[in-house]
Amino acid sequence: MSQTATHAEHFDATASKIGMWLFIFTELLLFGGLFIVYSVIRFSNQVAFHLAAEELSVSMGAVNTVLLLISSMTIAMSVSSVQFGNKKLTLFLISITILIGLVFLVNKYFEWSTKIEHGLYPGSSVLQGFGNGDTLFFGLYFFMTGLHALHIVAGISILAWVLKRVADDNIHAGHFVHLENGALYWHLVDVIWIFLFPLFYLIS
Amino acid sequence: MNINQGSFYDNHGKYKGILGWITSTDHKRIGLLYLYSIMVVFVMAAILGLLMKIELIAPGKTIMDAKTYNGLFTLHGITMIFLVVIPGLPAVFGNFMLPLMIGAKDVAFPRLNLFSWWLYVFGALVAITSQFMGGGPPDTGWTFYAPYSFRTSTNMLPAVMGAFILGFSSILTGLNFIVTMHRMRAPGMSWLKMPLFPWALYGTAWIQLLATPIIGITLLMVVGERVLNIGFFDPALGGDPVLYQHLFWIYSHPAVYIMILPAMGVISEILPTFARKSIFGYKAIVVSTMLIAIVGYFVWGHHMYTAGMSSTALFVFSFLSFLVAIPSAIKVFNWLSTLYKGSIRMEPPFYWATSFLFVFMIGGLSGLVLGALATDMHVHDTAFVVAHFHYIVFGGVGFAFFGAIHYWFPKIFGRMYDKGWATTGWVVFFIGFLTLYTPMFYLGIAGMPRRYFDYLPQFHGGNILSSFGAIIMVAGLGIIIINLFRSARYGPKAEMSPWGGTTLEWTVPSPPPLENFENIPTVTHRPYDYSKK
Repeated sequence: MSQTATHAEHFDATASKIGMWLFIFTELLLFGGLFIVYSVIRFSNQVAFHLAAEELSVSMGAVNTVLLLISSMTIAMSVSSVQFGNKKLTLFLISITILIGLVFLVNKYFEWSTKIEHGLYPGSSVLQGFGNGDTLFFGLYFFMTGLHALHIVAGISILAWVLKRVADDNIHAGHFVHLENGALYWHLVDVIWIFLFPLFYLIS
Repeated sequence: MNINQGSFYDNHGKYKGILGWITSTDHKRIGLLYLYSIMVVFVMAAILGLLMKIELIAPGKTIMDAKTYNGLFTLHGITMIFLVVIPGLPAVFGNFMLPLMIGAKDVAFPRLNLFSWWLYVFGALVAITSQFMGGGPPDTGWTFYAPYSFRTSTNMLPAVMGAFILGFSSILTGLNFIVTMHRMRAPGMSWLKMPLFPWALYGTAWIQLLATPIIGITLLMVVGERVLNIGFFDPALGGDPVLYQHLFWIYSHPAVYIMILPAMGVISEILPTFARKSIFGYKAIVVSTMLIAIVGYFVWGHHMYTAGMSSTALFVFSFLSFLVAIPSAIKVFNWLSTLYKGSIRMEPPFYWATSFLFVFMIGGLSGLVLGALATDMHVHDTAFVVAHFHYIVFGGVGFAFFGAIHYWFPKIFGRMYDKGWATTGWVVFFIGFLTLYTPMFYLGIAGMPRRYFDYLPQFHGGNILSSFGAIIMVAGLGIIIINLFRSARYGPKAEMSPWGGTTLEWTVPSPPPLENFENIPTVTHRPYDYSKK
């Protein structure tokens, strides 16, 4: 009796990719719930949202948007370069993407800490002086950008794992679905930001 | 060495004993892990229910005070809904049977599958710690309605986080099943040759995938309210508590279909097998499954008729709620037509399936009373609602679950249970069930509100009857569970296909070998084809 038998290795790249797409649907719906809340609350607090949005720094947001767009490009390029069998370029492009992700987080840190220094956070006495609409705006701002930042962290971790697999030759021209999936996830994180940016920074 | 010698019980992988189970990526072992964990929670939650019914046996304080009662119905709700009924059929029988029924060796992502079970256990533990720490057991009911859920001093956070983690587990199971069905059906098994239980799981999996994230984010927002004082749903901070109800029911109504669709799938398997006749209207059942999954998405508002919505919204939600009853009715007609001129074998799974039809119809029709605006205003938040959803969730899903376990038991354990005791258990359980929940319809119409530990004296008669029903039902439950446990160990060896079923799981030995099929079968005909038998 073969007591230590395990399942034969079964691998199906298409299945992995479908799985990733399905997971992306769930992530979109997760943020979808927040977008609903945003719309409802914005609808009933239009003036306050208009004024509160002016507290945010459009240039900071714009820089972060551009950064994420560039990182989406680099990760897309890495998926192409792995198919050409160019390991060095692939490693370089993934590293750049991770680096940009980190820069995004550093920016976010400075942005958040400025807001908190000015007393613009839920429960602060400054915001309570402004009224409910402003409090809700900043509540949503911190909640949604915070959740997004968590996704950036998750994305960076996934890409770091992918980077290691490329370095170990576990991901190569003949087998790169994990890189593709990592890239898909990174694009998702990017797309969500593309919606967050106008909702908080631009509409006013 | 042939790893397909012996059953999957003999192939425990790298570790022995309990470690061999909790680290196994075999879909059959994972199915059984779910079965045992769900059984433990179910028995606990059923005892909580019994205690509540004993409290209600007489007006005033009987065995517990109001606060304890609030804690009990909350824990009963959370555990039954999130830990038993939502994962029940998909996670236990879906895991065990889906690959067997579509002719695959495992699900698409076996490791993810094991991870889902770990998440399930973790979520369960987190949810249950809420009982023992902090400001006492949560008392909001399983719905966590705002703003009370962040005003109450009780220990809400673990309960909410537990539900969030369990949602994750549910999403990953659904994702796994969808990919499995898309990629791993046996050669020749086109979509319309797939058996109906997998079809039901397919519809379910899409709801799990697309609805669960909404409750996830909603629960996170409740955490945000409690911890960070944000105020999305807090009227004192300008938020909107009705918005919470919308978000909650956007998930929790489809969740009802996460529960009932696999139950319908089980019935669609049992009835043709015991009528020895092809299912009537295979395609109609498939289409109605998907219709329920889709339309079920847009009816959440019927939980909130009294919460404050525009009359247009009320009208639309009521109309859609009536619409979603149509595909369910189509299924009932198909099942009944399947029995017509069949050669029926009376066996325990068949008893469960027919009693399912009975209670499901009562549950479904009482649902229309709640879907209609005028009548709902009268019975909203009364015992009528409790009776209705227990008829559906316990009568529907519970009966299908017991039907499923009596149907697939010989396949899973390789032994046959004692049919005499199984039938006795069913009779006692069925009588107990009807005695327990039927009076609650009348109590509700007479105006007894739900979720109170006390009631007016005029409701005494109905409550006595109901409480006695609870005791009878739990006795039946005891008979069923003891019989199954004994039989899994001492029952006579079961054949490959004790009921003469036609689907693929009956073509492998009982219990199945590790890799299920020696050679992946090629499917040439539809399921439920009895013409050749």
